[in-house]
Amino acid sequence: MKITVDQEACCGSGLCVLRADQVFDQREEDGVVMLLEEAPSPEDFEEVRAAAAGCPTGAIRLAE
Amino acid sequence: MTDEATPIPDYPFAQPHVLEPPQEWAENRAKCPVAHVRMPSGDVVGLLTGYDEVRTLLADPRFSRNLAREGGARLSNTEDGGMFSRRNPGATDIQEGPGHQRWRRLLSRAFTVKKMEAWRQRIQGMADELVDAMMAGGSPADLRTALALPLPVQVICALLGAPSEDQEKFAYWSEVALTLTKYTQEEVDTAQQAFLDYASDLVEQKRAHPGDDLLSELTLISDSEDGRLSHDELVSTARGLLLAGHETTSNMILKMTALLLAERERYEAVVADPELIRGTVEESLRMDPLAGVGIPRFITEDTEVGGVPVGAGSNLLVNMAAANRDARKFPEPDRFDPLRENNSQHVTFGAGPHFCVGQTLARVELQVVLGTFARRLPGLRLRDKPEELRPRDGVAAGGLQELWVTW
Repeated sequence: MKITVDQEACCGSGLCVLRADQVFDQREEDGVVMLLEEAPSPEDFEEVRAAAAGCPTGAIRLAE
Repeated sequence: MTDEATPIPDYPFAQPHVLEPPQEWAENRAKCPVAHVRMPSGDVVGLLTGYDEVRTLLADPRFSRNLAREGGARLSNTEDGGMFSRRNPGATDIQEGPGHQRWRRLLSRAFTVKKMEAWRQRIQGMADELVDAMMAGGSPADLRTALALPLPVQVICALLGAPSEDQEKFAYWSEVALTLTKYTQEEVDTAQQAFLDYASDLVEQKRAHPGDDLLSELTLISDSEDGRLSHDELVSTARGLLLAGHETTSNMILKMTALLLAERERYEAVVADPELIRGTVEESLRMDPLAGVGIPRFITEDTEVGGVPVGAGSNLLVNMAAANRDARKFPEPDRFDPLRENNSQHVTFGAGPHFCVGQTLARVELQVVLGTFARRLPGLRLRDKPEELRPRDGVAAGGLQELWVTW
């Protein structure tokens, strides 16, 4: 799995951080998404998929 | 012809009782992705009740939030048409598009998951004090006065650096601002001015005596005149945060408690297993039965929604609570299930670039409240029967007037 994030589209909700804080974080200055792991480990796949599905602006893309 | 044969129904729809949604939601969702309804103003809008349609519409920038324009639907029966049509000096540029993103990013940094989690202990302390006082006062108690109003007010005031003694003023100004049919234009104008003056004074106090709080930080940014936040935008933001920071959360604490105690096994499950707190909060948000009218959008170019053509210049109204009961997204949508796999994907906080900026804070507050009740008040019960609960009619935000509990 490879993750990409669209920081321009991100609204800073932090929902992805609540789902998978080992993979996603928020920039201190504006709350915008930061990717900690481009290629997450398989045990995180389920949470990452949920984070992508739940993103309010569809700013998380997955290539599997 | 069909229009004459089938009169356009009045909106909001009547409910069987306060905790049961109107049957029209399910009927429209099944048959009519865009259903025409008449608002208290007399204006007709297209109502959306399907999950996919609601999410798509809220995320699409061609659907404008600005209804203070020629052809924009008015929702309320006041002359100004209600909060979505009211011109708000200082908020024009930050309402949508690049101006909104600039403003949003200034605010988002104060509401990140890490910052909100850091507030959890402090919110717990406030909740415990309020519950102490409620218990000392003896059973029964009105949960609105005892906790649902003061807790969110104390939290947002602490965050902003505002005094929380004025909670009844904020509550009144906010309710008037959100009127559908409850208040007159004169009452709206007076309350609007009073709220704006209050916010403006608060900003001046921060300017004179800055503290370690969000409003002082925003005042510094505004005073640097670097184009990030004008003075009018600052005052408008202060007022908006005072309103949004308490109104919806206060409302939701009552609705969540009512939903859980009306079918008490939902509450007993949390008492027995605090691991269910998170899922129970999400499921309460999803199944909110008194969520208010929804959010309108003005359509700026011809398009289609759910296969139905929608012309430029028309107005759509998104009902998030109805979308949250769409069986295509949430199987058996009327069943309360704290372990539902996707229950945090409800659209109660909206979707798209205007997704509620304070939702992490709201979730933390609701989790703290439910955890505190389950731990300290395992015998909590509704004093009245669910069908006797009184809705807050005539206000766009919906909700309950009060909620009496025993323990």
